[in-house]
Amino acid sequence: MIQNDNDAVVTGEAASATGSMTGTRIRERRLVRGLAQGALARQAGISPSYLNLIEHNRRRIGGTILLRLAEALNVDAQALAHGGEAALMAGLREAAGDMGEVGAASGLEAPSLHDADLHKSGQHRSDLHRHETDPPELNRLEEFAGRFPGWAQLMVATLRRAQDQARRAEALTDRLAHDPHLAASLHEVLSVVTAIRSTASILTDTRGLEPEWQARFHRNLGEDSQRLADSAQRLVRYLGDGPGTGADMLSPQDELDRFLGAAGHHFAPLEVGGDGDIDALLAAGGLQLGKGAHDLACTALEAYRADAAALPQARLLDAVAQLGLEPLALAQHLGIPLARVCRRLAAMPEDAVGPIGLISVDASGAILTLKPMAGFVATRLAGACPLWPLFRLMAQPGMALSLDMVQPGRGTRPVRGLACTEAVGAPVLNMPPLLRATMLLLPAQGDDVSAALPVGTSCRVCPRSDCVARREPSILPQMDGAADASRF
Amino acid sequence: MAGQVLVIEDEPNIIEAISFILSRDGWQVRTHSGGEGAMDAVRERCADLIILDVMLPHRSGFELLADIRADPVLGRTPVLMLTARGQRKDREMAERAGASRFMTKPFSNSEMLEAVRALAGPV
Repeated sequence: MIQNDNDAVVTGEAASATGSMTGTRIRERRLVRGLAQGALARQAGISPSYLNLIEHNRRRIGGTILLRLAEALNVDAQALAHGGEAALMAGLREAAGDMGEVGAASGLEAPSLHDADLHKSGQHRSDLHRHETDPPELNRLEEFAGRFPGWAQLMVATLRRAQDQARRAEALTDRLAHDPHLAASLHEVLSVVTAIRSTASILTDTRGLEPEWQARFHRNLGEDSQRLADSAQRLVRYLGDGPGTGADMLSPQDELDRFLGAAGHHFAPLEVGGDGDIDALLAAGGLQLGKGAHDLACTALEAYRADAAALPQARLLDAVAQLGLEPLALAQHLGIPLARVCRRLAAMPEDAVGPIGLISVDASGAILTLKPMAGFVATRLAGACPLWPLFRLMAQPGMALSLDMVQPGRGTRPVRGLACTEAVGAPVLNMPPLLRATMLLLPAQGDDVSAALPVGTSCRVCPRSDCVARREPSILPQMDGAADASRF
Repeated sequence: MAGQVLVIEDEPNIIEAISFILSRDGWQVRTHSGGEGAMDAVRERCADLIILDVMLPHRSGFELLADIRADPVLGRTPVLMLTARGQRKDREMAERAGASRFMTKPFSNSEMLEAVRALAGPV
């Protein structure tokens, strides 16, 4: 046992196992500065042999010696005493724990003092395979971190990367398992494969199959083969691009949006006096719509034609010229339901009525129609913001609601939302009507943001941190105090 | 008299193939496409066996099966469920809903015939 002064505690062999790595840091700093051990010892007023013990973590130091060494090395004493050791050690223990789980799974024993003693005494195993799977020496973690800080940091960084990748893999797995679009695509592929397998089997196994049946099943095979090729290509694109990456694998609704958007949501042939040919419109769009999107587009265009017949463009624009862009006044003046007036306004050419957007949702909140408008962002992905005025109306059918809204990060100009509901389908006895809500988006009449209702896009991409309506965390940096959701 | 099988499926070419192989095996086959109006078809046909797809437009096969099992007249009709999802939870869901048998797509014609004969008896 040695006692040099009051600032050093002699710890003997135990220091290397349980002491801090202050000595190692002192040695590293000294070498970085190109100082000889004797030179640093002189500056700190201690003997070179004593510094040697300190540098090898054989003596714990503090007080004046630590301060003098820190001053001589031009570093902060706290950095010498503690460094980033705690986080590094925690990371290493975590890595050892992961390895321990692997070891336990493979039948390896936990590290023991006996293992350490073997190393200390210079005994080496000759079994290289055993070396490859040795559990980490937990009782020498500090020594490892002190002697090889770069390798230790690399090990922790590698652990963090592995953990991050595991989390991402888990998230992707979860998403794939619950992705409705993927489930529908796989179902389609398997259904077509079933039809092909069954049909091919009939053709090969049925003796004396009548020519008309043969022709019929050959035709079915041809159709199904084409469908399978299309479905498989879409599926491969989807899996290759990954869900939600903005790649060209679109849901039928997204394809519909793209089709309607390409036409500016206005279809002159379906207006009164047009030729009304929906098939020609779909073919002329230049977009290869999938079957689902094609069906949706047909439905949307039939509804457009019915709306146009009930409220022709010329009549609507005359009324707008007389009353302005006031949907409620227009509905009353024209004797047309408000929801239809909203749809027709959104279908007018922009050069006639200016920028107008439209969103319609069903009772579950799913977006059915989405005509975007500059200054108001809406997406079908991840659901809408429940603060949008149209969601209030599901509990108050028949009411019309007009509110100025402002979304975060979208400039200072608010957007006016005029929302209403309509019943879908024929009345059913003793059943409430199935509602659909529509919200027309118009430029607000004023620029007063403070009077506008703060709303979002979708929780996942909304930075408002204090919103009572939040249903999932945002991927964006949070914005404090911006949402006054209590006004909702 | 031949046993009657009602096929409720939304893939027209699967309907055609199943109809063909069952007809050739001596079954009287009736079909209905999709979930809408399917329960009316079930009541109208009073089939000896119902082949029911799980994923149907408008109504799922599980919902239809629940209605069939709740019907005092039709409740004991054997139901063979078809699905493209063969996971254990889907099988368990089918069992809980009262399916007599569960067949995963793609199946072979011989598997289909064997299942129909087992559930509805020989023709």
